[in-house]
Amino acid sequence: MPPTNSQLGTIKAALFALCLLPAFLLWRGLEMDTLGANPIEALTRATGEWTLRFLLITLTVTPLRKYSGWHWLVRLRRMLGLFAFAYGVTHLLTYVWLDQFFDWHAIAKDILKRPFITVGFAALVLMTPLAATSFNAAIRKLGGRRWQALHRAIYPIAVLGCVHFWWLVKKDITEPLIYALITAALLGLRAWWREQERRKQLAGGYLPQPRFESKVIKIFE
Amino acid sequence: MLIRRPTDILPSEITTSELYHDRRRFLTASAALAVGAALPAGLARAAGQSLGPLARSPYSIGETPTSYKAVTTYNNFYELGTDKADPAENTHRLKPAPWTLRVEGLVNKPRTFGIDELLKLAPLEERIYRMRCVEGWSMVIPWVGFPLASLLKLVEPQGSAKYVEFVSHYDKSTMTRGVLDWPYNEGLRIDEARHPLTLLAVGLYGEVLPVQNGAPIRLVVPWKYGFKGAKSLVTLRLTEKQPITAWMKAGPSEYGFYSNVNPEVDHPRWSQATERRIGEFSKRKTLMFNGYADQVASMYTGMDLRRFF
Repeated sequence: MPPTNSQLGTIKAALFALCLLPAFLLWRGLEMDTLGANPIEALTRATGEWTLRFLLITLTVTPLRKYSGWHWLVRLRRMLGLFAFAYGVTHLLTYVWLDQFFDWHAIAKDILKRPFITVGFAALVLMTPLAATSFNAAIRKLGGRRWQALHRAIYPIAVLGCVHFWWLVKKDITEPLIYALITAALLGLRAWWREQERRKQLAGGYLPQPRFESKVIKIFE
Repeated sequence: MLIRRPTDILPSEITTSELYHDRRRFLTASAALAVGAALPAGLARAAGQSLGPLARSPYSIGETPTSYKAVTTYNNFYELGTDKADPAENTHRLKPAPWTLRVEGLVNKPRTFGIDELLKLAPLEERIYRMRCVEGWSMVIPWVGFPLASLLKLVEPQGSAKYVEFVSHYDKSTMTRGVLDWPYNEGLRIDEARHPLTLLAVGLYGEVLPVQNGAPIRLVVPWKYGFKGAKSLVTLRLTEKQPITAWMKAGPSEYGFYSNVNPEVDHPRWSQATERRIGEFSKRKTLMFNGYADQVASMYTGMDLRRFF
């Protein structure tokens, strides 16, 4: 049974607090000086990894919803996506402010000359219109179909995020590899769904119908 | 949101130089006995044990040493883990005693040294050196050791010896597998190896070298990127051909044989123009040859440092 609106409100509040927890722990780590000998590097690294994690969590919502039948999960997706963006902006800020200390010349050079920074920056730039069109009025104005097309940009964004991480590490690629495999699985699943649908169409069994077992779910209240 | 960082504690506040020297004077007296007793008996020398009175060196720089805590908890020692906090947590994976160092190859007197012999081979000196990591951070470390040149003199390199290869200890049953082609090795041209700045370090902060910093004996070459300083040395080999080092094998376009600190030659993936001194907020400009140009630049006269990076 799906949660009532008030239950969903509670779930959302709890999720919001949970999503803030990494930021809170990092803040505390800075205050207590427990982030190691190079706190700026630790902070940059952690905010970057959380951006990638939130992107992947966001991408998990649809498969989870599809296989569990908990269609209300989609109503948590916007918050998760916005947290990915918020951690991404924090990540950029730690780089611009703490790492480079507003040395715009060095920053511009980095973005143009260092492929891993170019790619990371491109990912964040691509996330911006998604965050900007995340409120209800924007969805209505764009229309569901166009809004959805725009928001599929999360697929290349996740790939760029993985590449950004991969190109940054000196030698031990274990961690970026884990992220890349999860991303590949989440995107591969979607490609597979598409393929299934295409075959269904070719077999002639296609009737225009909502994708999820004729159950229409509003993605905003 | 993070405005408080600039007012963070400076390393000098954690370890003031008075405290640091005082502590050494105090430890010298109390621990000289212990070291004197332990060494001939060949007992395990633990990190933290004083190395006794040390000669001061004109090669030391006047900059404030990075805190002992940072020097011993922020390490690149992949055999003990690839995260910088790993080595300090995995010190049990490397037993620094008993230990021998074999010197072989193109020498008249190849020899295996016990660690106790090495400690008495030349007067131990304190050398406060800059350390610049290829990743873009730096420290100031008060090493304890002796010039590699004094060891080389004893084994009498032959005229055909052009390079020295350094091989680190590796035990695949306890150490990281994969990542690099083990054992870790490094190399220097023979004139670089004989340079008075080139040090075999057996300690830091007046004490026995902690495992995570390369116990019991490691190489320190202050004008080159930190990875040239091979840790936990077991073999030195004098060769005619230039050794192929672990990092050259791992990334030939990114890591060259020389790896001299050079702000003008970027790593292919990041700039080397600036560095973050651990414990400081703002970045510093990286100095040519890590600030040792006056002493070492003449060894590279006429060389294209972009080509021989």
